[in-house]
Amino acid sequence: MRRSAAALLGVAGGMLAGAAFIRRRGIRSERVDLYYEDGSMVSLSNGSPDAERLLPLAREILRRSR
Amino acid sequence: MDAQQALADLTEISSQIQAAVVFDDQGKVAGSTLDDAGRTAELARAAADLLALADGVAAGNGPLSQLEVATLEGSVFVVREGKTRIAATTAPEPTVGLVFYDLKSALRQISSKPERKAPARKAAPKNTAAAKKTTTPKKKAAPRKKKSDAS
Repeated sequence: MRRSAAALLGVAGGMLAGAAFIRRRGIRSERVDLYYEDGSMVSLSNGSPDAERLLPLAREILRRSR
Repeated sequence: MDAQQALADLTEISSQIQAAVVFDDQGKVAGSTLDDAGRTAELARAAADLLALADGVAAGNGPLSQLEVATLEGSVFVVREGKTRIAATTAPEPTVGLVFYDLKSALRQISSKPERKAPARKAAPKNTAAAKKTTTPKKKAAPRKKKSDAS
C-alpha cells in the first residue's frame, strides 16, 4: 500500500513538474526583439507593457496570413 | 528584379517563411506571396501598424531597422530598408538569423531595381551625338590633370 501510494505521489509530482516546465517554456517563447540601426537590440518579454501591445497585433498578422 | 519575383525566390530559398509581403512607407503593396489582394492589403497594413508601434518603444535607441515578434502560434518578422519594408510570417521557433538574412537579401534585390533603369539607358542613344560631344572634352581634360599631378 505504502509503495503504491509513493508511486502515485511520484507520478503526480512528475506531472506537475512537467506541466510547470511546459508552461514556463511557453511563456518564455513569447517575446518581441527590436533591432536598431546603431546595432543595439531590445528584447521585450511577455508581460511587459510594450510587448503586451505588440503581441496581439503579431497574432492578428499570423491569423491573417494563414 | 521586381518585388514579386524577389518574393518567389525568397519562398523558394527559405522553407521557414510561410507568407511575405513587400510594401512601402505609404503602405502601398509591391508584392505578396498571398493570392488574395484583400488579405495582402490587410497584412501590409497590420505589419505597418506593428512597425509604427515598435518605433515608439525605446525611441532613444535611434531608428528601428528590423523586428521579430515571437508568439506560440509563430513568428512575425519585419525588416525596413529605406522606404521599402518586408513582413514575413514563420512557424514557431524559426532560425531567426537565417530568416533575417533571407529577408534582407530579398530587400536588396528589390532595392537594386532602380539602379538598373533600362528604359532610361535606352532613351539615351537618341542624343548620341550630344553625348559623344560631352564625353570627348572630359577625356581630354583628364590627362591634363594627370600630367600636372605627375610633374
